[in-house]
Amino acid sequence: MNENKLIEVDKLVKHFPVKAGLMNTKQIKAVDGVSLYIKKGETLGLVGESGCGKSTLGRTILRLYEPTSGRVLYNGTAIFDGNSRKQPKALTFRRKMQIIFQDPSASLNGRMTVGEIVREPLEIHGLFPNKAERANRVEQLLELVGLNSEHANRYPHEFSGGQQQRVGIARALAVEPDFIVCDEPISALDVSIQSQIVNMLEDMQERLGLTYLFIAHDLSVVKHISDRVAVMYLGKIVELAAADDIHAVPAHPYTKTLLSAIPIPDPRKSKANKRIILEGDIPSAIDIPPGCRFHTRCPYADKPECREREPELREVSPGHFAACHFVN
Amino acid sequence: MSKALLKVSDLRVSFFTPAGEVKAVGGISYELSENEILGIVGESGSGKSVEAYSIIQLLQPPGRVIGGTIEFDGENLLEYSKTRMRQFRGDKVSMIFQNPMTCLNPVYTVGDQLTEALTCHRSVSSADARTRSIEMLERVGINNVEKRMKQYPHELSGGMRQRIMIAIALICSPRLLIADEPTTALDVTIQAQILELIKELQKDTGMAVIFITHNLGVVAEICDRVAVMYGGKIAEQGTADDIFYSPAHPYTRGLLRSMPRLDEVRRDRLIPIKGSPVDMLNPPAGCPLSPRCDECMKICLRADPSKTKLSATHNVHCWNQRAAAGEKYVMTEAR
Repeated sequence: MNENKLIEVDKLVKHFPVKAGLMNTKQIKAVDGVSLYIKKGETLGLVGESGCGKSTLGRTILRLYEPTSGRVLYNGTAIFDGNSRKQPKALTFRRKMQIIFQDPSASLNGRMTVGEIVREPLEIHGLFPNKAERANRVEQLLELVGLNSEHANRYPHEFSGGQQQRVGIARALAVEPDFIVCDEPISALDVSIQSQIVNMLEDMQERLGLTYLFIAHDLSVVKHISDRVAVMYLGKIVELAAADDIHAVPAHPYTKTLLSAIPIPDPRKSKANKRIILEGDIPSAIDIPPGCRFHTRCPYADKPECREREPELREVSPGHFAACHFVN
Repeated sequence: MSKALLKVSDLRVSFFTPAGEVKAVGGISYELSENEILGIVGESGSGKSVEAYSIIQLLQPPGRVIGGTIEFDGENLLEYSKTRMRQFRGDKVSMIFQNPMTCLNPVYTVGDQLTEALTCHRSVSSADARTRSIEMLERVGINNVEKRMKQYPHELSGGMRQRIMIAIALICSPRLLIADEPTTALDVTIQAQILELIKELQKDTGMAVIFITHNLGVVAEICDRVAVMYGGKIAEQGTADDIFYSPAHPYTRGLLRSMPRLDEVRRDRLIPIKGSPVDMLNPPAGCPLSPRCDECMKICLRADPSKTKLSATHNVHCWNQRAAAGEKYVMTEAR
């Protein structure tokens, strides 16, 4: 099992400094010590509320944000090591690691044609030096994502949201990566288009043997696409398990409330659904509560332990990890 | 069925853009009674928000109502003057929006904005307005009320801002609340809180609610009746049970089928609706769904289907259903 790990993340930390006064700087602890691995060909779903650090984690793994500390390994080689003073150049590993963004209209350059957008990564990495071959490759990529070669001369604004996202996917696939971070790739799309893109991502994975980190706040899509799911809360992973287990036997109180909060498109079931309504909002990532991060909102946190000691992520059943003092 | 509070008949709204006329709403009709929550579902560009904005004359040019009537309590709202509408809006009908940050005024305190909503419509002393505002804040579940009254919108979280918008909307006890995607910008845990709050307030006050959303889960959660919109038209209308348990329109069925669900076993593949949403500048000649519909027939490409009644509560605009229902009627008549 170990040799199959494509991505390994070890105690990864990303803090952003913010000015809190003239002399005072505070840290936003967006990612606060995350360890996980992703196996080859696997999809790891990452869910959590806005502000929990899930997008930051995705971007920090790719070093789009420089990590504060910790370690990231790609295929056994460090692409970031907090203990060493010199980090490898991004260009050396970016060819293998790409990202698809949430808002396709914001992540495509409006002054470039679709052809130029998809060609750019090829030029940066010096692939297909022959001009004709490169044009050929662009055409091939556009067809791969369900567009056609005449689309290459058009500009992003001429496309619908779903088509723009296809362009974003073609750009990510251009350099033949192994690993793609999908950062909420369908949240900005219309409902009737979302399932088209999910199907396409799954097809690509099968055909090209890709590994995904799939970030989303929609648990039903994550359940569908993921092999394993990690639930994040305030910069830390609170539960990690196989996708079916997370939904069938959630262990952490936060996962339980998150699942019960999702409206089910079925009026009778939705009336029968006993909902755990959380009090209040997610605390600020600047002042993280002491002890268990979730204790300020947790319906079960009545023990002093919850306020005093931070629970470790531990294995509660084979392959099922949770960070809570009271899960057995 | 109680008397209709709101009656929209054959409403047509167009945007006159340089590129041509966009028929954002192409003739829709529905009724809404007191004490009822009507869900309007559709994707972006389906006309669901435009339709609601035209009820209280909030349409911005180049948008214009070009036909139909909107009756509220027997009066045609489209004939209201600007001044009259100003008095009416926020008093009898209120609206809450998707993004509370852009709807609250950043340079006034929460207290100012609440009392303003009240003093605009009622002659009350400022002390009374203040007391009523505090009551209202407590009613929408805000703690530490005295402090919140003095705070500015940017000091509050998204969920709290949405609660304040609801408090402002309801301070004059309107008879109709229009909620335009009020939970779309919120996290699921906060969304659950807000839905619960709207349901509770609706029960207490007996007001009618139009709930606009693209999320079918939210609809199932909160609505009594549902209108599904596609391409500026109502595709299907019925009770929540009609829509979720016997959907008749291919679009409704397609949407329900395409969604991955938490309460079901995982499927290998999702079944999407093919194609892209309607280009409202060049809509198809016949049924708006025809280019994307698996059951499309010749007539669907030529003519837009009229309403077919499937039951007392359920109707649909689809040629296929029309044919099927026609047979059903013959059978019932024969019996």
